[in-house]
Amino acid sequence: MPTNIIYDGSFEGILTVIFDCYERKLEPFCISPRSNNQSSLFSDRIEIDADPEKSNRVLNGLFKKISKNGIDKLYKVFCSELPERELLILEYCKKIFTSKYNIANDFRSQPVLRVQQIVKMINREIHRMHAFVRFQKTKDDIYAATIKPDFDVLALSVDHFKKRYQDQLWLIYDIKRDYGIYYDKAELKTVQLNNPVWTERHQIKEEVLAENEKRLQIMWKKYFDSTCIEERKNMKLHLRHVPHRYWRYLPEKTIL
Amino acid sequence: MKKSIEEKLAILADAAKYDVSCASSGSNRSNKNKGLGNSTGMGICHSYSEDGRCISLLKILLTNYCVYDCAYCISRSSNDVERAAFTVQEVVDLTINFYRRNYIEGLFLSSGIFKNADYTNERLIRIAKKLRTEENFHGYIHLKIIPGASEEVIQEAGMYADRLSVNLEIPTEKQLKKIAPEKDHSSVYQPMNLLTEKIFENKEDRRKYKKTPKFSPGGQSTQVIIGASPEQDLTILNLASSLYNKQRLKRVYYSGYIPVNEDSRLPVVTNAPLIRENRLYQADWLMRFYGFDVKEIVDDANPNLDLRMDPKLSYALRHPELFPIDINTAPYELILRVPGIGVKTAKLIVKSRKFGKVRYEHIRKMGAAMNRAKFFILVPGTPIPPTIQPQKIKHQMVSNSQQNQLQLFA
Repeated sequence: MPTNIIYDGSFEGILTVIFDCYERKLEPFCISPRSNNQSSLFSDRIEIDADPEKSNRVLNGLFKKISKNGIDKLYKVFCSELPERELLILEYCKKIFTSKYNIANDFRSQPVLRVQQIVKMINREIHRMHAFVRFQKTKDDIYAATIKPDFDVLALSVDHFKKRYQDQLWLIYDIKRDYGIYYDKAELKTVQLNNPVWTERHQIKEEVLAENEKRLQIMWKKYFDSTCIEERKNMKLHLRHVPHRYWRYLPEKTIL
Repeated sequence: MKKSIEEKLAILADAAKYDVSCASSGSNRSNKNKGLGNSTGMGICHSYSEDGRCISLLKILLTNYCVYDCAYCISRSSNDVERAAFTVQEVVDLTINFYRRNYIEGLFLSSGIFKNADYTNERLIRIAKKLRTEENFHGYIHLKIIPGASEEVIQEAGMYADRLSVNLEIPTEKQLKKIAPEKDHSSVYQPMNLLTEKIFENKEDRRKYKKTPKFSPGGQSTQVIIGASPEQDLTILNLASSLYNKQRLKRVYYSGYIPVNEDSRLPVVTNAPLIRENRLYQADWLMRFYGFDVKEIVDDANPNLDLRMDPKLSYALRHPELFPIDINTAPYELILRVPGIGVKTAKLIVKSRKFGKVRYEHIRKMGAAMNRAKFFILVPGTPIPPTIQPQKIKHQMVSNSQQNQLQLFA
């Protein structure tokens, strides 16, 4: 029966939807998170919330077929927040469960290739977080950064920072999704700030910055300018590597 | 008058920028005792300068005072340029402060030569040592080795650096002698060969005893300047090939010569040979990732790379007898030779075809550049079957790319 499914928007929720689709023989034409669908025009919709027992059974089934690596890929597809993600995950899982062999490497298949492509996009965005996060030291000795990734990759990105910056307090805040991850020199904590200390342009306000901070940013900008070879100037290439939308987070592109 | 850090940074970054090495990869140094930094083997470009080059490391000279007078170098002793020198502490502080803000992966430190090679090398090492032992820094350190370095100095440098490099600069000794009278190739090859030996030994030792301290775990690299002397691509690529095979170098960098000095010993050039440099890098990639032998890329009949097309296409057009290649049956190594198919697409193809026939549409979606690949492959679902007519393909590809270039500059 063609159905419109509303779920709670969590990854466990999606897995539960997959379970129910099998059990209740549902064929959804649309699966969307509840927040996007407050006043639905459809009356024939089914609401599904995460059920740990059901989602675990799906996870175990997937684990046997495509191992942890494959499940990580599906989680990345989920983090893409693309409107197609729920149906794609469902379609992908159906393929996996119905075929005798592990078809996770059959890139002739549309859902398999599409998952691969989205994973590539997510990995690129994670890599960009590693590259473009810029910490600014605040008066209370926290190295803080604001950022607005294209996809919800903050949680997937912070392990790298935890390994690297073990002896300093740091905070990376996703402005778009309004949450941040804070490291207190021991562990990572997800935080939400009630009193944001950044401007409308997402710049951390100067009055909270440590004394020497601006000077260091200007030094970095000076380095950035001096290391460029004027005779080789190639703004097209520069723009391809450093897309406009990241500029406001980079001192080398905001300081004049 | 004493210069501020800002002034020194401007002068000494400017003087270091002609060294094109940028890699922060290939090393593995994990954070210990709650220290600062971590290198995982994967490099990160934290920014790109407006010339489009990656900024991964804080690349500076310790000083641009130099006793040598190499014709191609902006810092040569006979040039009237502003000179500066960092103190050890200044370099350490800059590195740490930039690293903590996630501006850089680490430090690339080179220097003009004051007094002699080892006096200079020892000062560079002092900075790396301080970062490692006093600051508990585990980020990436690339140290330049000044030609003529002694074995003791090399041994010590390798204990603190992730990567070391001795630059050849000019591809042949004959030309080097002409434009850099104080240098010779043996003073480069001696430390380079020592490094090859020590890096190899260290790898063996670490396989046996896990606790052996690392010695330059990211290996070594070098740089050759292109176009400051008349060598052909054949000479340059043969040199690179032997550096990869004999000296086991991780990278050879090609630096298109930018006319910074007027000098009767140098050729008159107005623009840096950027396209030639790009073709050399493409050829370098073919040797390192595509299983090409240098003889297949350049030979006595074709001693220079064709500037109008990439060397892989050029190879395919010289060897029409090898094509078309059957995508569904050819071994991976042959699929890699198809123009327009890269390593990633080739891997997807080989994995997928175990499940059934791979078709034209499939490989297009997997990311093959069909405008080039279509001439060289046999695959079901092809709109037009391939006919290998080198002259025709060449004409089409070259006029296409010329059109693109016209659009670029319009």
